[in-house]
Amino acid sequence: MLITIKYFGLLAEVTNCEEEIIDFSGSRISELLEELYTKYSSLKNKDFQVAQNQELAPFETAILSKEIVLLPPFSGG
Amino acid sequence: MERYNRHIILSEIGQTGQNKLSKAKVLVVGAGGLGCPVLQYLTAAGVGTIGVMDFDIVETSNLQRQVLFGTSSLGKNKAEAAKSRLLDLNDTITINSYPEKLTFQNAIDLFNQFDIIVDGTDNFETRYLINDACVICNKPLVFGAIYKFQGQVSVFNYDNGPSFRCAFPKKPKKDAVPNCSEVGVIGVLPGIIGSMQANEVLKIILGIGHVLSGKILFYDTLKNQTTILTVKKSEAEIQKVLLNKNEFHKQQFENHCRVDEPGISIKEILNKANIQFIDVREPHELPKVEGVPVTRIPLSELENYLEKVSIDKEKAIFCQSGIRSKQAVSILKQNNIYDCCSINDGALEINRYIKELNKQAANE
Repeated sequence: MLITIKYFGLLAEVTNCEEEIIDFSGSRISELLEELYTKYSSLKNKDFQVAQNQELAPFETAILSKEIVLLPPFSGG
Repeated sequence: MERYNRHIILSEIGQTGQNKLSKAKVLVVGAGGLGCPVLQYLTAAGVGTIGVMDFDIVETSNLQRQVLFGTSSLGKNKAEAAKSRLLDLNDTITINSYPEKLTFQNAIDLFNQFDIIVDGTDNFETRYLINDACVICNKPLVFGAIYKFQGQVSVFNYDNGPSFRCAFPKKPKKDAVPNCSEVGVIGVLPGIIGSMQANEVLKIILGIGHVLSGKILFYDTLKNQTTILTVKKSEAEIQKVLLNKNEFHKQQFENHCRVDEPGISIKEILNKANIQFIDVREPHELPKVEGVPVTRIPLSELENYLEKVSIDKEKAIFCQSGIRSKQAVSILKQNNIYDCCSINDGALEINRYIKELNKQAANE
């Protein structure tokens, strides 16, 4: 399944792209993250949440959407 | 009242709504990029009592985005400087300034004096403190945060809705996300995000529209893109805070300055033999240090590339100003890599010193 992944904030600097399409055969968000950690080793040290269908979703959730957003908390003010 | 005429003629506000505004009490923590526009619009709108808290002083580099201040405010405390500008804007309201740091000790008493708390701070430690204090005091929290060209807005603890911890349960490690003073920010961004926060405050007071509760809004200034994501309430996250209620005031901030890691000068380090120089700046940062072999590992990547760190040499770590290099030393120590020191001089001074040495050597 082709999934569009969007990276917000400094995650886009880790992956060097704001969005990409990857061919993913697993079923859960956590499996997708494992794949991304292999591709981008320093992503593992970052704090972020994952959203699908415009909703924050726990990592063990099954992937139900073709668009996944990785979003970190911002701290600047 | 002439001053609020444009509010009063709106059927959604009217005199009744304006009276609600004049009775409201709002505390703005942080009078920086976000705090300035929030304060400006709440004051202009006639919010009856406004608290402004900031321990910091106005610096020249603030003026690019912190619109309440001018050159005459330089060197003054931000809460005090904001108060004097705001009273000029509207002298019919009460403005209380708190020129001090928000702490676990003063937060609860202070928050209890207000109806709504606005977070305009610039670090996670304070943001989590504000959230927890709002949960304990049961006060709505109007949250805003920025990063370079992007911002986030949400309302937490409102009408039985989720808290900040429901969205982001884990407090990021310190230094995990750089702040504006390290990475920069486009000046208009806090203006946009702060104005959105002020809008949420007014909606809460007036009881109109849909408050941004249970949702987090992302705004990207470069793409003009808005993304709104739903956040579910996590009873467990809220209970964790409430269960610790009686311990709250006993907490302390994590130590910001790692004073236990004294640095070393470039002069001292060059007198030693068997040294590995490590540059922990990001790849784009200049100048590159020349004249000595340098291993480059950005601080953000350090833990992923520990194998690049020499085992048998003493490690001399540098960056642009001697701050990140100190963080690098403590990261290495946490990973059981010792025999490292931070060079107090930045890359520019290191280059200058090496050039000077080479010049002297050529003359001899």
